[in-house]
Parts: sequence; structure tokens; C-alpha cells
Amino acid sequence: MKIYFDHSATTPIDKKVLKEMTPYFGEKFGNPSSIHSFGQAAVAGVDKAREQVAKFLNCEPGEVIFTSGATESDNLALRGVIGAIKRQGIAKPHVITTLIEHDAVLAPCLEMEREGVEITFLPVKPNGVVDLEKLKKAIKENTVLVSVMYVNSEVGSIQPIREIGKIIEKINKDKLNEWKKARTKDRGEKPRPIYFHTDATQALNFLPADTKYLHVDLLSLSGHKIYGPKGIGALYVKNGVPLKAIQLGGHHEKNLRSGTLNVPGIVGLGAAVSLLDKKTRKPHYAEASRGKQENKKTWEGTNKKIARLRDMLVDGVMKNIPDVILNTDRENSTPAHAHFSFLGVEGESILIALDLEGIAVSTGSACASGSLKASHVLIAMGIKKEIAHNSIRFSLGNNNTEAEIKRVIKVLPPIIKKLRGMNPDYGQEN
Amino acid sequence: MHNMVHKNMSYSKKVLEHFKNPHNQGVIKNADAIGKVGNPTCGDVMKIYIKVKDNKIKDIKFETLGCAAAIAVSSALTDMVKGKTIEEALKVTKDKIVKDLGGLPPVKVHCSMLGVEALHEAIKNYESSN
Repeated sequence: MKIYFDHSATTPIDKKVLKEMTPYFGEKFGNPSSIHSFGQAAVAGVDKAREQVAKFLNCEPGEVIFTSGATESDNLALRGVIGAIKRQGIAKPHVITTLIEHDAVLAPCLEMEREGVEITFLPVKPNGVVDLEKLKKAIKENTVLVSVMYVNSEVGSIQPIREIGKIIEKINKDKLNEWKKARTKDRGEKPRPIYFHTDATQALNFLPADTKYLHVDLLSLSGHKIYGPKGIGALYVKNGVPLKAIQLGGHHEKNLRSGTLNVPGIVGLGAAVSLLDKKTRKPHYAEASRGKQENKKTWEGTNKKIARLRDMLVDGVMKNIPDVILNTDRENSTPAHAHFSFLGVEGESILIALDLEGIAVSTGSACASGSLKASHVLIAMGIKKEIAHNSIRFSLGNNNTEAEIKRVIKVLPPIIKKLRGMNPDYGQEN
Repeated sequence: MHNMVHKNMSYSKKVLEHFKNPHNQGVIKNADAIGKVGNPTCGDVMKIYIKVKDNKIKDIKFETLGCAAAIAVSSALTDMVKGKTIEEALKVTKDKIVKDLGGLPPVKVHCSMLGVEALHEAIKNYESSN
């Protein structure tokens, strides 16, 4: 029995999604930029998908830019907004982001920092959630962009995106009102608003994506995390937000993202979000953002099942294995994440041992990554390096079963025991 | 989860075999010398126990905290030097271990260095106490 618990890495494509895509690899192969009938058949698929995505995000179809995935969306959001603002003559704009972002946000931020942009990397609380007070304090006169991920990919913590969106909106409104009140001859240029971007890649299976509800100006999403295809993503850009293209060429996507459209991928993304759309539960909206205890109770449908399986996994692991730390705050995370540190065991060795049993998980441990550094997310949460190295992430999905959880709970304890038995220091220091 | 190296991340059959059933794993209670290297903050600790008679490594055991590669390296290294003279054991290089294991993913090559260091440390401790 092969068991997959790595849905934060990628998800299997939904059969319905694949079925929608198939004709666009075959008879509907046209280039949507062509005006003949072949091109128009492809355009019809793209238009439908754009409407599906717009409906899902509660925005205008014209506010959706198709990209190659969330990494490109993040790069376009950050470099695109900053590029446009710099072009308007602002020499040293200020960007606020967090220490727990994906590298798709961190790397462009570090690059922009080298290019003279001022960047603030916000710390997080021990449960992996951004502190709103610290965010408010970080906002300065030259702040032009805030970028906070919706859900952290490693531990699954949910960030208060709606709250942040409202805070920024209020600051913008107050600034504008003050400017309006000033006498025309005294007031300077109209104040520049702060734009708010969220990387929603890990959130869309679980949380509302309504951009008006969230009060976001830009939102990144990816196809393959939501049972859609790889190599496709989108960036929502609210009308009026300045954006400079980072990829130049044949004027596609209103000249903001040149490159022949990935028609089958776009059609697949549309199909994938429309399946999510059906799962999106209105009552869940309000309660999810209120957070805390209510989060856990309000999961519905498939997510209710996933939450139950996750609880079963967590309880089973904690009961059957000593010296385990759960790094996922169950009260403030997706229902799918369970991130553990098994003290005295290197995470990668657990991953390999589980893989030999046919069970796929992930680790933020240095030994599984090219960098050999402990996970920046865990370090930001205040977890010691030696404990960060002991980490394993389970991320559950739609098709997991109770039998699979039971199997993990059976095979994991002897694996941990065996590996701890090899550690020269375990049982002495711990 | 991050900075994944996509090429050549997989382990050879021999590495997985050593990881699954490591040889010479454990403790020598009355060891003649012990070598310990690494640091838990880096994720790797390797400890090697040796028993020496007539200038030969009569027995050797290891304890390792680390990834599958670190455990496989410990197992292969102890196999390679068991029964060898001290001089022969000191000639075992990281490249020889990597070759014996049928290769290691590039990011894991440092694990073989750790093995060599642990052995050298044990031998150094043996020589300074004799």
C-alpha cells in the first residue's frame, strides 16, 4: 500500500480536471492569439477559465493574470509593484514581509534589498502566526507594499489576512481623508496607498479566497496544490494597482505577462478552482477568520474528514511515541497539517525509513535540502536548530483514509525507537 | 521543503541497505578509544568505538545521529576498517567510502567526511593513550 501524506508539496490531479484539459492538448490546440477558428476555440477555453478564477476570487476577469505558477506570481507581484513605483520616482520604497514566507517571496525581497529597496522581515509568534501589533508598528511613511502568506507551507499556520487587509485599508483611508481635509494649496501630492499582497498557494483548499472579503490587492495562486496541473498559476491584481511587467515579449495578458498562454494548464486551473468553489462554505467564511477555537469546529465536507484524520494522526503519534513536539497549532492551522519534531532523530532519516515502508512525508530538516540549513520557518518560530533538524511534516489530502493513518501509527513508533537507539546522545542529554 | 536539489537526490541500493540494516551499530563497553565528531545543531553526530590488538582494529562499533547517508557511511566505514591495521585504516578516504556505497547525492558527500573524521579522532585518542 503506497500512502501519500505530502499534499503541501503537490496534489494528484482531479480526474474531472484532467478530462476538461484533454481536448486542449488535442483538437483544440490553437494559439489563443490567433484570430482564426483554431485560435478562437482556444480563446473560448481561456475565457471560461478566467471567469471561473474570477468568480472564485470574487473579482473581474480582467484582474486575473495567468502565470507559470505561484513562484512567478510572487515575483511579478513584488517586483512588478516595486518596479512600477520606482518608475514613478520613489527612490527608496519600503516593503514589509515576514520571516516565514516561501522562498518565492523571500528571494525576490532579498534581491530587491540589494538593489536599494528597504525590506522589513516580520517575526512570528511561537505558533507561526504574524503579530498584528508588530506589523502595525513596522508601517512607515515610505511603506508601499506588504506581503504576507495566507498559510505557511511547513507548519500550516493561518495568517490573519483579512485583519491585515483591513488594517492597511484603514491606514490608506485615513491618510487620504487627511489629505482631502487639507487646503488645496497646502496639500502636496495625493498620498500613495500601501498595497497588500498575499501568497495564497497553501490556503485555497481550506479557506475563503474572496479578495473583497480578504481586502487584498494582489493574490498569488498555483494549480498543482489544488488538484490541478503543474506549471500554471495566477496573480490577482486589483484594478488600479501599479504593475510593471517582469517578462517582456508578445504583449499577452494585457502586456503584463508575455508568453503564449498555457491553454491546457489554464483550462485545468479554471476547472480546479471551480471544484473548490463548490466546496467553499459560506458560514465557514466568517468563523475561519475569527480564528482560535472556532477554526477547528467549522471545517466542513472533505475538510471535516481531513481534520478528523489529522487529529487521529496527532493523537496516535503523541500517545505512542515519547519525546515528540507538535509544531502545528491545531487551533490555528489548516486541517491538513501535522508537523512534528521527534527529539533525538534526524528528520531525513525518518523520511527515508517511512519511504521504505511506502509512506511519503516531507521534512524541513537540513539534510533533505540543498542548503544544509535548518528550516527558516521553524527557526523564526523560536525552535532550536537541533530540534528543527528532527522534523517531519505530514500534509493530508482529500483521498487519505483512516486505514492509512492507522498504518502510520503502527510503523512509526518502531522506526523512531530504532533511530534513537543509534543516537549516541539520546537518553543521556534528553 | 525548500532548496530541494532535484538532480540525483536518490540513494543507491547499497546506501538504503546499510541504512535499513546497519552493520557494527552499537557500543563497545570496554573500548580502547572513542572518537566523537559533529554537532546536533548541524544535525549530525557520529561516535566510533574501537578495540585494538596487535596494531589491528579488532572490533569497531558506531552510534550516529544523522540522515540516512550518515548512518550508511558509518556502517560502510566500520565494515571497511574492521580487521585492518591502524595505518591501513587511516588510508580510508571519503572518496573510498562514497565509492563503496555506490555513490552519494552531492549534498550528502560531507557525511562521508564526518565518518573519516570520527575514525581519525578515535585513532588519535587511542595513540595518545598508548
